[in-house]
Amino acid sequence: MAVKKPKAASRKAPAAARANPSRKSALLVATRKGAWVYHGDAARRSWQPDGPHFLGHVISHLVLDPRDGRTLLAAAKTGHLGPTVFRSTDRGRNWKEAARPPAFAKAPEGEKGRAVDHTFWLTPGHRDEQGVWYAGTSPQGLFRSGDGGVTWEPFSPINDDSEYRKWMGTVQDGTPDGPKLHSVIVDPRDPAHLYFAMSGGGVHESVDCGRSFKPILQGLEVFEGMDSADPSFHDPHCVRLCPSNPDRLYQQNHCGIYRLDAPTRVWVRIGKSMPKRVGDIGFPLVVHPRDDNTAWVFPMDGTAVWPRTSPEGKPAVYATRNGGKTWQRLDAGLPEKQAWWTVKRQAMTADTRDPVGLYFGTTSGELWMSRDEGRRWNCLARHFPEIYAVETAEFE
Amino acid sequence: MKVLIPSALRSYTEQGKVSASGATLGAVLVDLDRLYPGIRFRMIDEQEQIRRHIRCFVNGVQVRDLAQPLAASDELVIVQALSGG
Repeated sequence: MAVKKPKAASRKAPAAARANPSRKSALLVATRKGAWVYHGDAARRSWQPDGPHFLGHVISHLVLDPRDGRTLLAAAKTGHLGPTVFRSTDRGRNWKEAARPPAFAKAPEGEKGRAVDHTFWLTPGHRDEQGVWYAGTSPQGLFRSGDGGVTWEPFSPINDDSEYRKWMGTVQDGTPDGPKLHSVIVDPRDPAHLYFAMSGGGVHESVDCGRSFKPILQGLEVFEGMDSADPSFHDPHCVRLCPSNPDRLYQQNHCGIYRLDAPTRVWVRIGKSMPKRVGDIGFPLVVHPRDDNTAWVFPMDGTAVWPRTSPEGKPAVYATRNGGKTWQRLDAGLPEKQAWWTVKRQAMTADTRDPVGLYFGTTSGELWMSRDEGRRWNCLARHFPEIYAVETAEFE
Repeated sequence: MKVLIPSALRSYTEQGKVSASGATLGAVLVDLDRLYPGIRFRMIDEQEQIRRHIRCFVNGVQVRDLAQPLAASDELVIVQALSGG
């Protein structure tokens, strides 16, 4: 898809992310069987559930457009129907299906083309590009909407590029329900500066509005015996850009926790300073909205057969306050034992309040929160279906 | 022709039996999409393949080819093959 290159934007650091007091906090919970919106009070102590929306649909991601504070997009499919995107312009009261959901280009006659199984990831575009959204799919594809999610087009040449297709692998090379393109990131200083990640397939950067992408792999480890120069062997689980310092990225990878500080293009494995008995394996990673030295992870067991549950059945969030030099265990209020939790890559997030609120959802259907940056945790809700994604929202 | 719609697709049609026309199975599904926008992509992917859990029966016989000729008197039953939990 041809995309007009946006005007050169200043590289000035954006204003630090802060909650708008006139907006109302909410949590957007996407599950394997539908979606819920949890509306919070000003103190984040009382939460009112609204849902289910799309009961029985697999909702991979539910995201608010922060530019208008009222438009929601939901990436949906059922086990028996093709994928689609639903859109609400009134905070979830009414929904309308996308007129043209993400779909690959039709293959030439005689060639085997790809079909989107599900849209996995949704990212609102740059604040100066109203109506622009990006979507990552399974199998891996990158899509763009210029009209608020009503119609979608394949974006950038990567979907059909022979080298990228090789790096994407096949359905057998990815996660159990299909390889995924995720962590689509727009530099808040420059709408032409984009990142995305693929499980598997590595982390990639564009500085020309998606006309071309290049892998950023240096410093990332791969399984022993694999070629670390080949993007196929890289499995980034979650990549986050620091809103207060867009030159800094953090990454939770299949092989550890990393940090990258531009202009270098070298990842540093900061997970090596995690306690050895806990390790640095997991899916989600969350960054602080105003402090680029602070990030949180949810470690999971990556030993032997890789159960990807809380190590020793004792769940904990780990925080770094110094860019990954040291980590602090944060488990007050969480179960002390026999809690074998898995938290997926989109199922942990932060708000922009002070102190920052942290939230995560488990595959066993529990929603937890902390109002004080992880020092104390409370269970907000139980008995959800398997939670796929948790996002914060500030409604207008 | 008469088309029977499975429950998972009745959010589009709001009824279980509808009418659509076309000389082939593919043409009938295109006509259904004209009448109920979005319904076709839930059944047929972008490579013009019938999705994995969708089955089409014409007069009780399964049809897998979108080019299959149909007559106005035929009855098309669309079925969703349920699996998993």
